[in-house]
Amino acid sequence: MDLDPTDEQRQVIEQVRRFVREEILPLEANLDPDADELGPEDHERLTAKTREMGLYGMDIPEEYGGAGIDIVTRTLLAIEMSQHRAGLYAPCYGVFGGAGLAQLYEATEDQKERYLHPVLRGEKRGFFGLTEPSGGSDPARAIRTTATREGNGWRLNGEKTFISGADRADFGLLFARTDASKGRGGITCFIVDTDMEGFKVRRIVHTLRSAHYATELELNNIFVPDANVLGEVNAGFSMASTRLTQNRIPYAAGCIGVAICSQKMAIEYARQRETFGAPLATRQSIQWMIVDNEIDIRTSRWITLEAAHKAASGAPFRTEAAFAKLLASEASSRVVDNAIQIHGGYGVTKDLPLERWYREMRIRRIGEGPSEVQRLIAARDLLGGSFH
Amino acid sequence: MAIRLEKTFLPLDADHLHRVKGQLGVYELADNDGQTLYIGFAGGRSPFGLRGELDGQLERRGPGLRFRAEVNMQYTSRYRELLMAYVSDHGELPPDNQQDPTLHKLGRL
Repeated sequence: MDLDPTDEQRQVIEQVRRFVREEILPLEANLDPDADELGPEDHERLTAKTREMGLYGMDIPEEYGGAGIDIVTRTLLAIEMSQHRAGLYAPCYGVFGGAGLAQLYEATEDQKERYLHPVLRGEKRGFFGLTEPSGGSDPARAIRTTATREGNGWRLNGEKTFISGADRADFGLLFARTDASKGRGGITCFIVDTDMEGFKVRRIVHTLRSAHYATELELNNIFVPDANVLGEVNAGFSMASTRLTQNRIPYAAGCIGVAICSQKMAIEYARQRETFGAPLATRQSIQWMIVDNEIDIRTSRWITLEAAHKAASGAPFRTEAAFAKLLASEASSRVVDNAIQIHGGYGVTKDLPLERWYREMRIRRIGEGPSEVQRLIAARDLLGGSFH
Repeated sequence: MAIRLEKTFLPLDADHLHRVKGQLGVYELADNDGQTLYIGFAGGRSPFGLRGELDGQLERRGPGLRFRAEVNMQYTSRYRELLMAYVSDHGELPPDNQQDPTLHKLGRL
């Protein structure tokens, strides 16, 4: 498998690399070290630039006005876009546009009119509501939110937690159990407007990631009409599962970008910092950290690009996506940790981005399915379905 | 941790600020009747943390105000949470936060 970027991909990579260097990094010099948003003027100005570059909406299908970028190029760009302080969770502060919610591309025409198109025009915001206090790694069994039939709709009751963006959203995709007897085959996805009676953002959940918080939701007897059932009744789990699998590849790529940046910083510092009369770079313990970092970065990049190529070919890629997410998040955590060690005390100050990456990278080993679940997914595929 | 700051307001003067540490965190300023005027934070670029931010407020606004502060490493999300709680209670941002353009996308509680 040839994983080298094509000439066309190299050009786009260079374009985005320059954008990060010339537009994002200078702004970050004045932002709070934990910021994850630009001021409205800068955001608007840079969004206009990404539109000019033809790269706005890179996760939006071309027929809906997106940039029409394939998954391999998208992965390569995700590696570039995360190479700044806020890059892990706010790559380029969102000025390349979001994907919206991928499930909405499967919506009915009426639902697309009410939700998808307004999202693509930037008029509405949505959130994805799957995880519950009873668990997030095994949603098929953990979902306790219920939806019971009533007239021409459904009554939703339950709780959600670790939900991003619900406090700012106009609507959300909420997963609820519609048939208690069917396990994963008894879950349905509902489009819930946040102004529907009974919807409440109960609190913010503060985490290691200071700027981008999660929320906890209370769903108290919300009536959702049939017109807001997304996809088929009892087929919500496969919809969520497909989205989670696809997300793992760019998610992994974001970790690699941060690891590359950390490694660059570590090498530069090791070359210039002197201890006991010689640069750190002459010390074997430091050299080994640098080498271990490089091995971690290159293997993560290889495995992640392999997953992207497999996905692009149309072949099943669940195992490869799990490998990518598992390896990239764990390996990049080691790289950031080594880079901090090489920087000594400076590594843990807010003067450098390493401390932020260290905190946020820890979450990457849990978010979008923890490492253990990725191993479980891969083991199922390697050993066969009867061994789980 | 309570959503709203529940500590007693202290006078914003040199004596009381002397006891505030230089850590990161959030703070609230109020008038003498306890009406909140402003919610702020001491972030990673604050040279002297909460103490520096509050010293700056005293210098700019002069005496006669009150403050309360909370040390918090999650100062960004905590700051937004306090503002969201205030909006939930009062229907609008505190008077001196209203012109801040960075708060245009504040969430709702």
